[in-house]
Amino acid sequence: MKILVPVKRVIDYNVKPRVKADGSGVDLANVKMSMNPFDEISVEEAIRLKEAGKAEEIVAVSIGPAKATETLRTALAMGADRAILVETDDEVEPLAVAKILKAIVDEESPRLVITGKQAIDDDSNQTGQMLAALLGWGQGTFANTVEVEGEAITVKREIDGGLQTVKLNLPAVVTTDLRLNEPRYASLPNIMKAKSKPLDTKTPGDYGVDTTPRLTTTNVGEPPKREAGEILEDVDALVAKLKDMGVA
Amino acid sequence: MKTLVWVEHDNNHVADATLAAVTAAGKLGEVHLLVAGENCGGVADAAAKIAGVGKVHVADDAAYGHHLAENIAPLVAELMGDHDAFVAPATTTGKNVAPRVAALLDVMQISDILSVEGDKTFTRPIYAGNAIATVESADAKLVITVRGTAFEKAATEGGSGIVEAVSGPTDAGLSSFVSEEIAESDRPELTSAKIIVSGGRALGSGEKFEEVITPLADKLGAGIGASRAAVDAGYVPNDYQVGQTGKIVAPELYIAIGISGAIQHLAGMKDSKTIVAINKDEDAPIFQVADYGLVADLFKAVPELTEKL
Ligand SMILES: Cc1cc2nc3c(=O)[nH]c(=O)nc-3n(C[C@H](O)[C@H](O)[C@H](O)COP(=O)(O)OP(=O)(O)OC[C@H]3O[C@@H](n4cnc5c(N)ncnc54)[C@H](O)[C@@H]3O)c2cc1C
Ligand SMILES: Nc1ncnc2c1ncn2[C@@H]1O[C@H](COP(=O)(O)O)[C@@H](O)[C@H]1O
Repeated sequence: MKILVPVKRVIDYNVKPRVKADGSGVDLANVKMSMNPFDEISVEEAIRLKEAGKAEEIVAVSIGPAKATETLRTALAMGADRAILVETDDEVEPLAVAKILKAIVDEESPRLVITGKQAIDDDSNQTGQMLAALLGWGQGTFANTVEVEGEAITVKREIDGGLQTVKLNLPAVVTTDLRLNEPRYASLPNIMKAKSKPLDTKTPGDYGVDTTPRLTTTNVGEPPKREAGEILEDVDALVAKLKDMGVA
Repeated sequence: MKTLVWVEHDNNHVADATLAAVTAAGKLGEVHLLVAGENCGGVADAAAKIAGVGKVHVADDAAYGHHLAENIAPLVAELMGDHDAFVAPATTTGKNVAPRVAALLDVMQISDILSVEGDKTFTRPIYAGNAIATVESADAKLVITVRGTAFEKAATEGGSGIVEAVSGPTDAGLSSFVSEEIAESDRPELTSAKIIVSGGRALGSGEKFEEVITPLADKLGAGIGASRAAVDAGYVPNDYQVGQTGKIVAPELYIAIGISGAIQHLAGMKDSKTIVAINKDEDAPIFQVADYGLVADLFKAVPELTEKL
């Protein structure tokens, strides 16, 4: 089985994003960028399936600027076999990302696509579901546990009330949640080895996908600010405040 | 504009999250509902009483029983022939189904809206709520998920919707439901609780979490939440997680205990009316958003607080 793993280059999760004063977006100049944390979990899961003998090849894909090559090299250093960069400096929305991924799936014929549940920059949480719809495949979203057996995949999903288990026919799309696994760090020798793994560069046009945005962002602003309040002396002071509020 | 609102339910009751979605949809135009499920007639009757509701479409079929996106999305896509917007609460079901509908309709979903600014213009949080984007859709039809804490809840009484049975594509044959582990609890549900007591990594174990957090929550009649670190460490189940990638809450009172206040956690609770933080590190970022802070060892302070309340 071949597994396709889309990975997005995003602002590092430790960085506090700053809104630009002119309302045009978030300032990404000189900001540390990394692989979307959920995508690291996807790469890890694909590697574990390969290690367990359930998969033969892992192909990582990123849609983004030339610098997304770094993100792909990280995936290769973790253990992906080859990579495809679909290079563009435009912002590509989830629907267009899903269309590009569909075109790659048509070419590569993987049996499983593992995406993150959410990119931590746009917080859209939609690409995996859209891809599954475009392909007419089943979707195991917010995966907590994944088990591949023959022609089916069983996915335990994190849902609002707890956990839900579904069984999907393969091929299928899975989207990863935080508890699926703990991603490994790439070792130095593997980082060196990743430099010689194959990486193809394409463009959205190669796949015949129109990436014109459907949503126009007219402004990006600051959220309402919260001020730091009062540091209280002791528990009694807190009890008094809670009593004032009428909760005790 | 004619909207179709996804009714979140368990085949017995309308879930609260639906009510905020109804309010958001009402700002766009006529509100129609979709109740899809198995033996969900009771839910449809209850949904018809929600204030401001027009038609209630009921799709009753075993294939819809567990709200599998593969089976529900084609049904919604078909009903969208006659509606202009599909509006779902940003619950795990809404987030599972709505993007699949959007792709079938070839439109971009607008995720997790905070406000309706015009017929096709909305605000939504990006970067864990550190920025708010105003976006305008160029699509002919809208697919929207709604952040429950951002809209008032529609009244559950006073409406007189007309219940109408509908049918559509049924089992897509792609997926099946196997099982569910849903914890039964008398505690208020996180997204509608008035008070939430949340615990973090500092609790150290499931036993300590139970021993320290639960009695305080009991005393206050509060819901219980947690940071990702506490969930990852297995102190509490996954559905307790508050944050960017967990539940978004905005209670009257949020008490964060032994939680540092990472941006991903703040993203889920910083719209709470009053925030109290108990942390032994006076530099913990949680204090920058807390109305009342207590710099103390939680293992001493929390039992004392519980006792004195
Ligand atoms: C993609 C992604 C998504 C994420 N999503 C979420 C999310 O939805 N929700 C979420 O919460 N996190 C999320 N996180 C994790 C987040 O970045 C933090 O790691 C997490 O919130 C930390 O949890 P914590 O505050 O419990 O632990 P820590 O950061 O370890 O903080 C523990 C705190 O307890 C205090 N403490 C220790 N001992 C005591 C004591 N005896 N008495 C009092 N105080 C004490 C310490 O001073 C410290 O401030 C996400 C991370 C990533 C990468
Ligand atoms: N530009 C991109 N390149 C590669 N993968 C992407 C891209 N955008 C989104 N994805 C994938 O889709 C997931 C969900 O993203 P989103 O729907 O934007 O929240 C991410 O975790 C990635 O796996």
